[in-house]
Amino acid sequence: MPPPPAPAPADAKTKIALDVNGEPVEVAFAPHKTLLEVLREDLSLTGTKHGCELGECGTCTVRVDGMPVLSCLVLALACAGRRVRTVEGMAAGGKLHPLQDAFAELGAAQCGYCTPAFLLAAEALIAGNPRPDRDDIKRALSGNLCRCTGYIKIYEAVELAAARMRGERAEPTPESLYGVR
Amino acid sequence: MASAERGLRVVGKALRKVDAAAKVTGTTKFADDLFLPRMLYAKLLRSPHAHARIRSIDTSQAAALAGVKAVLTGKDLPIPFGILPVSQDEHALALDKVRFVGDPVAAVAATTEETAAAALARIAVEYEPLRPVTDAGDALDHPEPRIHDYGDLGNVHKLIHLEFGDVEQGFQDADLVREDTFFFEGSTHLPMEQHAAVADWSADGKLTLWSSTQTPHYVHRALAKVLELTPARIRVVACPNGGGFGGKSDPFSHEIVAAKLAMVTGRPVKITLTREEVFYCHRGRHPTLMWVKTGVKQDGAITGMHFRSLLDGGGYGSYGVASTYYTGALQTVTYHVPRYKFQGARAFTNKPPCGPKRGHGTPQPRFALEVHLDKIAEQLGLDPAELRLKHLVPPNSITANWLRVGTMGLGRCIEKVVQGSGWKDKFRKLPTGKGIGLACSSYITGAGLPIYWNPMPHSGVQLKCDRGGGVTAFCGSTEIGQGSDSVLAAIVAEVLGLDPLDVAVVTGDTDLTPVDLGSYSSRVTLMTGNAAIQAAERAREIIARHAAAQLDVSPERVAFAEGRVFDVERPERGLTFADAVQLAEAAEGTVGTVGSYTPPPSPGKYRGAGVGPSPAYSYSACVAEVDVDPATGIVRVPKIWIAHDVGRAINAATVMGQIEGSVYMGLGEALMEEMAYRENRNVVHKIPSLLEYKSPTTLEMCDVVTYVVEDPDPNGPFGAKECGQGPLLPVPPAVANAVYDAVGVRIDEVPITPEKVFKALRRKEKGEPGRFGPAGFPDIAWPAPTRVPPPWEGGDGKAVPLTPGASPGTTRSRKPRARARGQ
Amino acid sequence: MLRLPSFTYLQPRTLEEALAMKADAGAEGMYVAGGTDLYPNMKRRHQEPRTVISLMGIRGLGGCETRDGGCAVGPCMTLTDLCSHPTIRQHYDTVAQAAGLVSTPLLRNMGTLGGNLCLDTRCNYYNQTYEWRQAIDFCMKKDGHICWVAPSSPRCWAVSSSDVAPVMVALGAEYVLVGPGGERVVPAARFYHNDGINYLTKQPDEILCRVRLPRPDGWDAVYHKLRRRDSFDFPVLGVATWVQWQPGNGKRETGRVAEARIVLGGVASWPQEVPEAGAALAGTSLSDEAIAAAADAAYRPAKPMDNTDFDLSWRKQMTRVYVSRALAELRRRRSAR
Ligand SMILES: Cc1cc2nc3c(=O)[nH]c(=O)nc-3n(C[C@H](O)[C@H](O)[C@H](O)COP(=O)(O)OP(=O)(O)OC[C@H]3O[C@@H](n4cnc5c(N)ncnc54)[C@H](O)[C@@H]3O)c2cc1C
Ligand code: SF4
Ligand code: FES
Ligand code: FES
Repeated sequence: MPPPPAPAPADAKTKIALDVNGEPVEVAFAPHKTLLEVLREDLSLTGTKHGCELGECGTCTVRVDGMPVLSCLVLALACAGRRVRTVEGMAAGGKLHPLQDAFAELGAAQCGYCTPAFLLAAEALIAGNPRPDRDDIKRALSGNLCRCTGYIKIYEAVELAAARMRGERAEPTPESLYGVR
Repeated sequence: MASAERGLRVVGKALRKVDAAAKVTGTTKFADDLFLPRMLYAKLLRSPHAHARIRSIDTSQAAALAGVKAVLTGKDLPIPFGILPVSQDEHALALDKVRFVGDPVAAVAATTEETAAAALARIAVEYEPLRPVTDAGDALDHPEPRIHDYGDLGNVHKLIHLEFGDVEQGFQDADLVREDTFFFEGSTHLPMEQHAAVADWSADGKLTLWSSTQTPHYVHRALAKVLELTPARIRVVACPNGGGFGGKSDPFSHEIVAAKLAMVTGRPVKITLTREEVFYCHRGRHPTLMWVKTGVKQDGAITGMHFRSLLDGGGYGSYGVASTYYTGALQTVTYHVPRYKFQGARAFTNKPPCGPKRGHGTPQPRFALEVHLDKIAEQLGLDPAELRLKHLVPPNSITANWLRVGTMGLGRCIEKVVQGSGWKDKFRKLPTGKGIGLACSSYITGAGLPIYWNPMPHSGVQLKCDRGGGVTAFCGSTEIGQGSDSVLAAIVAEVLGLDPLDVAVVTGDTDLTPVDLGSYSSRVTLMTGNAAIQAAERAREIIARHAAAQLDVSPERVAFAEGRVFDVERPERGLTFADAVQLAEAAEGTVGTVGSYTPPPSPGKYRGAGVGPSPAYSYSACVAEVDVDPATGIVRVPKIWIAHDVGRAINAATVMGQIEGSVYMGLGEALMEEMAYRENRNVVHKIPSLLEYKSPTTLEMCDVVTYVVEDPDPNGPFGAKECGQGPLLPVPPAVANAVYDAVGVRIDEVPITPEKVFKALRRKEKGEPGRFGPAGFPDIAWPAPTRVPPPWEGGDGKAVPLTPGASPGTTRSRKPRARARGQ
Repeated sequence: MLRLPSFTYLQPRTLEEALAMKADAGAEGMYVAGGTDLYPNMKRRHQEPRTVISLMGIRGLGGCETRDGGCAVGPCMTLTDLCSHPTIRQHYDTVAQAAGLVSTPLLRNMGTLGGNLCLDTRCNYYNQTYEWRQAIDFCMKKDGHICWVAPSSPRCWAVSSSDVAPVMVALGAEYVLVGPGGERVVPAARFYHNDGINYLTKQPDEILCRVRLPRPDGWDAVYHKLRRRDSFDFPVLGVATWVQWQPGNGKRETGRVAEARIVLGGVASWPQEVPEAGAALAGTSLSDEAIAAAADAAYRPAKPMDNTDFDLSWRKQMTRVYVSRALAELRRRRSAR
């Protein structure tokens, strides 16, 4: 049996390499830091937000190897060699991702604080299910709290973006933008 | 579309918000996203006692810890503050007494957040515990020991007694007089963003505070007062708020502490509250016990109404005096009430302070009133929708308590939801377990009076027109997700014929922007909107003057649209907006204008008339459909129909978002949200976490059908009224009324939890009244009433002098019980 | 920001390595899998290991294979993977269903089966920050001497809140544990203790290596969960019901219950089996009367305490309703077959 690697002193910084939004990154931090803390504090990626740091709200959602997870409960050290995707990685070449575009169009981001998390959770949903129905969306987003929108504009935006990502020419319905008049 | 008919190009459309791209890319900088060089981190030590005197504090161990740069206690910030001039009862750090578990006692700034936290554990505080007051009833029972040494009576903070006409006469004229008691549990805002602030003290003696605040102007005032700095040396920047809902409208301890720590250390200081601490900031919905007695005619016409409320205020004043008045103010603006009497009381208790949460003081009485009316309609054998429709307050009228109602679209709202929901085919006709309920409401579009009574405007806008064709609008308003920046840009763009994205907005910065009082009381669209119209019209006038000269037409013929300034009669003759600005600038110098807004004076002139008046009232009607499982009492709400009279939608999509979001929050309050305390365990908050404070998830949120009703009000910009708070109000009573329709039990208490429904159903099975709710309202030593004759009795809005020898009010006879729950 | 205390993080590749690391760390060492229970607890200072040893990189602790007609599941399988695994969905849909009811999709992407089965017991006097607990004085589960739920009680009543554990007990699953002394196999029911503090019979250094599910032959199971919201929330009551149908002549089964187990989650410090309730079903064909008798039997010993969401008397009442409904569903599934 190989001897266990000698533990680093608890607070000394440990360096890891990982892929963040398609870029190779090396970062050093105290070993007990969460991915959330390292993203925000050591990589200046403040697009990832937090509302509880206990796994109770979903606001800190990022994707690790494609899977949406709660960055407040992921140890950054456990991400060595992995692919991390945050909201900063979504818009490409100065163009909004279709989900971002639909969120903007429908007003699905009110205060915008929960928005990065919803976008990443929705992106993962569509990746696995390009044609999600309303129930699929509700279930996939049931781990993300939003206090502003009542979720409805978020559902509509995910539906709209999914349709556009399938290549359909979809537009928001007048009722969703103007209500029933 | 309606707006096109009226020639509006921006107003009324569903446009992307001006900050939409920043929000969806995560580039919006919230307060906690700011990192400044050499920044320190602060943390607050909070009281573990609900009520105690501080004997001593020893901070030496904390100060000695490596990395700790400063430690503060109450002595360092001895000047009190508070949002209302009448309740300057808070200290940034407790001076000699703590008043709830979580009250801040000391603060540390250190090089890391962890060091600051470690330092807190090294501060030794010696307390002398006092008897805690657990709720409003307890406060009535125990005037001593007092939580504050001010207030109307013992631990009663405020007592109000207003009488508009002779209600007793009203009851005598009635065919039916009904009394009910209700209880509305406290709830909190729960913005997803935890409060944060960053302070910086520059070498030249200027303080800058970035904060997640809805009211930078009042934070500015509080900082100047407590830190004894001249206001000119303080800059408060309101960062975009990650949700506010009223919870970020007070100046807070952590803001003042961060500022002081920055001054002491000469380094930037950040403080970000934990979720638990956000529960301690609170300022949320007051738990309110209510009693209402109403006389009605056979046809449902109200002959008189007497309303009592008892509010559990928590440990400090906050907005509480206003909240208490609000529990009695808006009963009169929906259905005609010819005689009205209101008695309100707010108690101090040893819990986090209550204050203004979405709907500020009005969802509680609205719940009571709308359920009460549902019961009255049933007793009279009337359809509750018909009863309401028949007795609406007429538009352009003055109510018994002297509120001036402008446009009034409630009738149209009721018709929309009644039709859309299929009400007539469903009400009292659905199978057991399924039910439908209706309720209505109204809300103010901005408080008619400012917090500090003065004759200055409530909102100011400055415009700068650039020779490049861009326009910058400066305004103190704060963006909390409601879309105020977009409203400002849209209105300026509409008047000047621009694309809203060509209007830069600079908001919520006391150095850069003229005062706007803040994002509370649904005032921003109306007040900044009107100020923006004035500023933009003034700019248009200047620019038009010079464009007219160039085009050789009279200025009245000059129109602004699509980035051009042209002759209306020959639209092809014109110039670009930029060229027009350059002409004006060449002739007159820099093109800049200002606009401001002050609400019209209110007709009410009595003491207490300051709360309730508004330039315009919004109206909502709601139908809720519920499924109740009789075996468990679990209530599900599959669908809600809501119609809201917004006067005019400035941005249609934003209006939709506000209405849907209000329904969401109303649903949470109706079914599950609750600030719960362990009364027997030091009055700790039972569940200060996002897991145990139940906010509905996607799986609880109902479908919503939204009807936008536009009844433009002359006081609103382009006719706009509010939509951010009003649509919350009818949701809890509509759900309660639907539960009754479904299973025949009355839950006169919010939230409508399964336990309560279950108990009421068991009672009904046993032949007892199928009801869950409070048993009664305690006796309170009300002061003598302020008597104000209503307009139709020939009054002038002033109180009539008390007749000598009039009874000073009821005296307390028996031992009061405030909340006999579960009876 | 609520932060973790500092600790050393180790990522062994083999079981032996993990055991050696744990031996080195002693009482200050703890295993972690998905971390969705341990990390929040550490942030609240419920557990304060100096060394945290991740099991996620250990080969052989994931996956799921069929053996002797049964199925052996690796504890490091995430709940999401467990829910979507074809074998689990086909033969153990109740396991998939219970796992799918845990918390939120995001947490299920992280949380593992092993972590779920070893989940710390919960109590709303305990699942609070250090400062909160300090304000009422600490309780015996961590740092104190008294139980605030039952102040005269000598024991802690923190609640077993796992969704999958009651199902495992009901199914009669077996857990394979590996410790310094080697491997042992314990029936799920004997893995748990009815004590809020010592809620597992597992030694702290033992690793749960495999969960063996019985072969699917003539039994069926159903899990029902009660909670405030359909996402996020832990069970305040979980009802796992299992019946072995009597074999009939040849292939045809008679539709009578040979044996039954009813296990309740969220009402005690362990998954609480109610043998009387199971006994009330034996020999019946899940008639209304039999179901009522079983529900009644399950209702009696259920002893919810005032330390979770909801009013405790209502929660007790709900035992009857939820057991009846779970059994009715078993009956429906039977007749639908
Ligand atoms: C907001 C929230 C809601 C939740 N809701 C639910 C819910 O509804 N239902 C529910 O059941 N759970 C719930 N959970 C708890 C938890 O997320 C899940 O139970 C999850 O499956 C735990 O797995 P894990 O791998 O993350 O555990 P970890 O945190 O990694 O471990 C938990 C414990 O088990 C030990 N352990 C883990 N694996 C092994 C092993 N193989 N051998 C020995 N010891 C081991 C660890 O040492 C630790 O003590 C919730 C958690 C949160 C934060
Ligand atoms: S049951 Fe008692 S001892 Fe156990 S965690 Fe709760 S309060 Fe503490
Ligand atoms: S911050 Fe709330 S789940 Fe991570
Ligand atoms: S948009 Fe504000 S919390 Fe979701």
